[in-house]
Parts: sequence; structure tokens; C-alpha cells
Amino acid sequence: MTTSPAEADTDVVHAQRPRPRRGVSLMDAGPPIALVVLFGVFAAMSPGFRTFSNVQNVLDAAAVLAVVTCGISFVLMMGSIDLSAPGIMGASAITVALLVANNRNDNDLGLVGVLVAVLVAAALGCLSGLALVVLKVPSFMATLGVSAVGLGVATLMFAGVQPNISDAMLEGWAVERFLGLARLTWIALACVIAAWLVQRYTRLGRYAFAIGGAEEVLALSGVRVAPYKVAVFTMAGAFYGLAGVMVTSQLGAGLVQAGRGFDFSAITAAVVGGTLLIGGRGGILQSTVGVLLVTVLTNGLVQVGVSPYWQGGVQGLIVVAAVAAAVIPQRRRNQVTK
Amino acid sequence: MTTDLQTDPGPRAPGSPAALEVRGLVKHYPGVKALDGVDLVVRQHEVLGLAGENGAGKSTLLKALVGLVRPDAGEIWVRGEKVRLRSIMDAADHGIGMVFQEQSLVPNLTAAENIVLGSEGPGVRRGVYRWRTMRALAQEQLDKIGSHIDPLARTDTLSFADRQMVEIAKVLRIEERTSHPPVIILDEPTSVLESKEIDTLFTQVRRLREFASVVFVSHRLDEVLDVCDRVAVLRGGQSVGEVPAEGAAPAELHRMMIGSTGADDHYHDSAAERSDEPRRPRLEVRGLSGKTFRDVDLDVHAGEIVGIVGVHGSGREDVCRALFGAEPTTAGEVVLDGKKLELSGTRAACAAGVGYVPAERKTEGMVGPMSVADNMTLTKQQARCSGPVVRPRKQASLVDGWIERLSIRTPHRGTAIQRLSGGNQQKVVLARWLVAGDVRLLLLDHPTRGLDIGARSEVYRLMRELANSGVATVLLADSLEEAIGMSDRIIVMSDGRATKEVAAPAGGKPTPLDLVKEMV
Repeated sequence: MTTSPAEADTDVVHAQRPRPRRGVSLMDAGPPIALVVLFGVFAAMSPGFRTFSNVQNVLDAAAVLAVVTCGISFVLMMGSIDLSAPGIMGASAITVALLVANNRNDNDLGLVGVLVAVLVAAALGCLSGLALVVLKVPSFMATLGVSAVGLGVATLMFAGVQPNISDAMLEGWAVERFLGLARLTWIALACVIAAWLVQRYTRLGRYAFAIGGAEEVLALSGVRVAPYKVAVFTMAGAFYGLAGVMVTSQLGAGLVQAGRGFDFSAITAAVVGGTLLIGGRGGILQSTVGVLLVTVLTNGLVQVGVSPYWQGGVQGLIVVAAVAAAVIPQRRRNQVTK
Repeated sequence: MTTDLQTDPGPRAPGSPAALEVRGLVKHYPGVKALDGVDLVVRQHEVLGLAGENGAGKSTLLKALVGLVRPDAGEIWVRGEKVRLRSIMDAADHGIGMVFQEQSLVPNLTAAENIVLGSEGPGVRRGVYRWRTMRALAQEQLDKIGSHIDPLARTDTLSFADRQMVEIAKVLRIEERTSHPPVIILDEPTSVLESKEIDTLFTQVRRLREFASVVFVSHRLDEVLDVCDRVAVLRGGQSVGEVPAEGAAPAELHRMMIGSTGADDHYHDSAAERSDEPRRPRLEVRGLSGKTFRDVDLDVHAGEIVGIVGVHGSGREDVCRALFGAEPTTAGEVVLDGKKLELSGTRAACAAGVGYVPAERKTEGMVGPMSVADNMTLTKQQARCSGPVVRPRKQASLVDGWIERLSIRTPHRGTAIQRLSGGNQQKVVLARWLVAGDVRLLLLDHPTRGLDIGARSEVYRLMRELANSGVATVLLADSLEEAIGMSDRIIVMSDGRATKEVAAPAGGKPTPLDLVKEMV
């Protein structure tokens, strides 16, 4: 930087040191503001949208996506990407359906069945992580592969006959309400809080954040990064697994396609909320705001009468627009985008 | 751990075993002998300067000292004990820590986390952060160096100088691992700092000496002499001697570093022959304005080198980038050889015959993993292409010609450019515009940044040759001396405006003081 001997006396710019930012930056404030505005717009346009029961609907509809997004956020924070949600959710959905009371076999494991399904999902997530750190397969490809593996496992277990569940507890999750919200919604809320605690207060969470910020620095500080990466993918897998169980609860049956589209929606939600794909940015709370944004958008479009045929496309456009808006602060000439 | 003097021979004061000693260290890389029997002694409580040109083996030696490079032969002794350093943690266990040249902090973590990173100790229990303990641990480190940084501030909100303090605080954590005074290595710590910040750093280094040994590496010899007790010089992977810093002159060190005497004047003067007839300037800039500069007028004739000087924030870098179309402008007109130059983007500039050598060589000047040949022909696609198809033979002969002419030291044109030394990399970057053949205006943004003396003078010669062949050059020099030595005319910029023009013909050069007066 130093360019001349005269700088010592003349450099006023650097005399005032930048003050540590503690407040909320525009980057962070944008998505919540957008959420409020979007909510306001839909509320103004549609009487059906602004009812209490619709707000309940929005929150209930956000539950599964919120759980998936919790998992994917840690991966995105590391600067990796995870496309394995559909496969892992499918595998866990079928697993849980076959382990709780169902029409295909005599199992009735209840909560243990849920636990096993989550563990299976975590194992699949672990597989992504291992492929990444041991075989050095880029996360994009590794998780795509694991997704296919998950779908394959699910299809094998599905074996052509749909397992319908008859477990009262699991069915109850989707329909029983507590304080006006479905049990699933409370589960999602618990997941968000747990994930936030992990992000804020555990080495795993902080290192995931740090890996996205400057991975080589960690190595130079003597930190072995690989175990943390595997752990993050494993944890993400567990979240997807729980999400798969939640979908089974909603549908009353285990479906191979239980997780279809959740990879895209979750990445969308995270990015729209401010957990950028470059890593080291955002976090669970930001991603959760993104989840609400996406859900309000979907619900609102229905309420104001946009044809369901249009929705996919409209949602895609809005996502690209949101991402473009999110990067405006950093935009400059000759910017490299990959 | 023994401090037996028997194991610690060598020409030094008896009774004080060296904090760190290196004997006959050898490291080969394919095709290069990076270290060829280096000997080095770091005494306790001393600041040892390490000087040497690019490629002298400094970085390899430092990496060997912190366990990032395993030497092929030779020994490393720490306080009279022979050690093998396999990793950076190994080195830390022996009390050796390094502040890296490229600042090595995680930008999105707090200062406290960075300081304890990798050795959180009681700051993390069973994987769970205890923020209060963490903060206290970091505060303890910051207190050691008397810094008032908020430990919970995010690192990327701190100034460069503060980040450097965080790095020093971090490296001092190795004191927790050993009961002995640590050895702290500072690799080019001043390269990102402003003058005032450098003073603070030097105060810090002198403080460190009270309880540690310091190895200080810098390109700027005056700095090395200023802060060090003793300076060891490396050349070609070998130790060529050492001098006490007191009373030593930079010129003396220069000579040791480059191994030959003479060459005291590194600046090539302007070409003598120049037509005095008034002619139209090759480059005419009128009223150029942008975000950080206003109403800049600038004329550059063919064959002329015009230096722009100014303090940090004067806007000169942005003017330079704007002329290449890499920075948006709000007003003004640029005419090149009588034709209006569109500042719409870099493509237009290239097509008009404008060349730009960016200051950030590693990130903007070259594509590291690509070959020398590909880097050289990056701009002028025609040189290797007929249509979209690469013609390897044509490219090869062209590139080899320039490697020869510029004496670029590379094993092969297919070698990845990142494996070359800085000076040779810069020559490839410059050659990119020569290959194009029709460059009329060359914008050089700190073309000698980070280069050693030998490489600098080669770049200077190249610049002068280009100017003599009729290229108009705008130079943002690394130092005032360089600007004065190389330029035919100097424009002083201050607060985004061109405030003064100073003629600097051969034999009538202004002094740095003349310019500083105008810059303030």
C-alpha cells in the first residue's frame, strides 16, 4: 500500500481507524425488510391472505423447508453445496414408514423408528462428507451422487408397494395442534433454535463458518479441517432425515419422492435470506427468514390468484432477482462470476 | 531439554545458546535448489533481519522453520536441541511461530477466535464455546502487546494494522506451549501497512525482543536496518554473510544480496534524443472524472514516461484503471492518437492499443496455474489462434522469442507461471502487451511491487526500451525515487485532482522533497 515517504504526514484517510461494525448492515437487514414488505403487499391485495388461519398455514407450510434449510445452511456457510436433500429425505421417509406401524410389515417401533431413519440419513450425509474430504470429490458432485444413492435405497425398500403408516404419534405430528400450530411446526422451531445454538456456541458451528471464510488459515493454525467438514455434512444429513420423517407424517405414507424439489427450495431460501453460496456469510437465522420469504411468496401467489402453472417460473424469477439484489453491494466492473 | 553448550558450537557469545540455529539446510524442488546449505543463527532476545532477493530462498527457509517444508538435508536446532519439525503445531511446540506475509486471519470470525484458533484450550469445553473465557484468553494476548482492540470485533472490520496486531497476539499463543522464550518470525509484515502503522509495528517488534527472539523479513532494507540488531543475507539458497545493523548502509546489503558491486543506480534515465517540435500528444485526457477523481487533465507523448505521484487516496490508481476502462467514469474525454477512446470496458481499451499492468500481479495480472505461454498470449488471441483454434506451434515460436528477448527465467514455456519468481512473472505480464505488438499506451500500476533489486532494474530497462520504441507510458511508481528516476514528467495528484506538473528530464530531476511539498 505504501507508495511514498510522504504518507506518514498526509494520510488522513487511515488516521481514523475503521470502527468495528456491531450494528446491523444493509445486507442483514434486507431480507427481514423484504419479508415484511412482501407480507404487507399480499395482505393488502388479498383478504384471504391476511386471515389468522392463513398465517397458521404459512407457518405450517414452512416447517419442513425450515428443517431442510437448517441442514443446508451449515454446508453453505462452509462454502460447499449440498444437493443430497431429495435422496436422503426419500430414504428416511421410506425407512421411517417401514419401521413404525404400517401396512407392509409388523414393525411398530414408534419414536425409535424415527431415530433410526434420522441415523440412516446422517450416515448418508456422512458419506457425502467422506467423499469430499477423502476422495476429494467436489461437494456438488459428491452430494448429487449421494442423492442418487438415497433414492436408490428408497426405491429398493419401497419395492413397488407404498407403505402407509398407521402410527398414531407420527400421524399426529401433522394434524395435532399446540397453541394453534401443528406439532411439526414446533419441531421445526426447535430445530432452528438448536441449529442456531450449534452455529453460535459450538466449535463445529464456528469452524463451519470459519472454513467458509478462510479455510487455509485454519490449516495454518493447526486445525484439522476434514473432520469438521464430515461432521457438517453428517449433521445436514440428519436434518434432511428428520425432514423426510416430517413429510411422511404429512402424507401418511412413505414416498420415494418425499424430498423432491427441496434441494432447490432450501438453497433458494438460504441464499435469499443471506447465507450466500460463497461461504462464510449469513447463518441459521438469516436462512430461516429466507424460508419464511419463500413460503409467504408461494402462499401469497396462490391467495392473489396466480395460476399454479405459473408459480414455479415466477418463484424461479424471484429467486434470481433476489440473489442479484443481494450481490449489488459487492458489484463492480470486471467482476468474476462463476 | 538440554542447554548443553557442547551441542551448540559456532561463533557466538559463549553462555547464551542460540534460540534457533539452522545448519546446512538443503531443499530441492524439481529443477530448482531452493536451499543450498543455509546456516543461520538466531540468538535469544535479538531481532534478526533476513534479507535476500526474490528466489534467494527466504520463504523456503521460513517455511522449513515452521514445519511447512521438510528439508532434504540439514539440521534445525532449538536452544541446543536438535529438532524435526513436521507441522506447524510441531514448530509451535518448540516455541517457533510465524506471522505470514499474506495476512492469515479468518475474516468472518472475531479477533478473539482468531487469536485462540486451533488452541482454544479452556475457551471450548466439549466442543461448546465459552465466549467469556475465550474473550479473556484473547484479552490476555492483546495485553501482552498493549493493544486495545476489542476482542469481539469481527476481524474484517479492523484496519490492516490492527489485524497485524491480532496476528502477533495470535502467534504469541505459542508461549502457552513452551516454557522458553519463543521465536517469532515476521514475514514481510510491513507490506500492507502505512508509514504510521509501520512505526507502531516497529515499537511492537522492539517490545517482543524483551521476551522473545524475532526474525524479521522485509524487502525494504532501510526497514530491516532500522528495526534489527543483525542482518543475515541469503543469495541463491546460501547464506552469504551477516552484518550488524548498526552503522550498516542499505547499499552494502544490496551488494551482498545481488552479489555484484556497481549497479548503484537502478534507474535508467530518459532517452536523450527527443524531438523538440511541438506535436500532438499520443494520449490526451481532458476533464476526466470518476468516483474518486475529478477534472483530471493529462497528456502523454509517444516515447514518454509520465509518472503520477500522490499519497494514498489521491485517486491515481483509479485514474489509471479508468483509462483502461476498468473503472467507471462520470465525465471527461480521452483521445488516443487523435481518436476518441471509449472507456466502456477493457475490451475497447485493448482493441485501441492500451495495455495495463495491474498492481495485484497474483490476482489481476496473471492466471497462476496457466502456463507462461498461455499467460503471455492471453490478450492477443490472434497470436495463437486462427479463429477459435489454438495453433501451438505458432504460439510456441512467438513465446519462446519473447522468453529469450526478455531473458525470462523459466524451465519451459509450458511451466505454470505461479512457479516463477516474482520478477519473471512480471516480465511475462509485460510481455503480454509486447506480444500484441501494437500497444500504444501502457499503464503501469506499481510494476515493480514486491520485486527485488535485480528484477526491478530489469523491469526498468524493459520500460525504457518500450518507451524508446514509441510507447507512451503512464507509471504509478512504487516509490517517489522510482517515479523520479523513470519519468520524463511527473503529475502530482492530491484529493482526486491533478494539482501540479513537474518536468523531470534527464539531468534536471526534481528531488523527492520537491514532490512531497506538492502532494500534501
